Amino acid sequence: MLNQIVLVAMLVIGFALLLNLWALLRGPSMPDRLLALDTMYINSIALLLCYGIYSVSNLHFEAALLVAMLGFVSTVAVCKFMLRGDIIE
Amino acid sequence: MSLLEWSIAILVMAGALFVLLGSFALIKLPDFYTRLHGPTKATTLGLGSLVLASMLFFNFVQQQLSLQQFLIALFLFISAPVTAYMLIKVALHQKLVPMLNTRHQDLMKQRDNLAKGNDLPTVEKLADSD
Repeated sequence: MLNQIVLVAMLVIGFALLLNLWALLRGPSMPDRLLALDTMYINSIALLLCYGIYSVSNLHFEAALLVAMLGFVSTVAVCKFMLRGDIIE
Repeated sequence: MSLLEWSIAILVMAGALFVLLGSFALIKLPDFYTRLHGPTKATTLGLGSLVLASMLFFNFVQQQLSLQQFLIALFLFISAPVTAYMLIKVALHQKLVPMLNTRHQDLMKQRDNLAKGNDLPTVEKLADSD
């Protein structure tokens, strides 16, 4: 029973990822696209957490942690680039 | 299903729905400044409840100690406001136009005036212009 519920939750999160992709392609300005990309990172972390529950393994959480760190660092780097035209001055 | 499994199921579904709500806000709301609210608040809440569900599942149903989820939640709750702050700074830097009924738009005009090198309007100048 719990497995089916987690599968439904994964479907819902996958739909949310599709909506994010739509926002990423549409977004009229650069910060909109960056926000959509950051949200895609966070949603993929949610998907990995659900998959960890579904397949009862601890292995996916380290991947989720890596995705979280990479998402944060890349978003901050692109923000810095758009603010200053340079990442490391 | 036991009570514990029901609570895990409810937390997972609530988390997924809040994540969906954040993404829906991203495509529904009218301008960037309002669009920022969806992912920073709703999605973070959804992820928090997903993390809580997976902590309950692994620590109590599977009876194995796992603390990585706590680490993920801690990192995300720290990094989400920082990301939002950086994004809003980029939006202000690029002078994105807010929606029409945003309040205090005169403050943005004042800032643009200052950036052009003009002084702030003083009381005397305002009295002259009247």
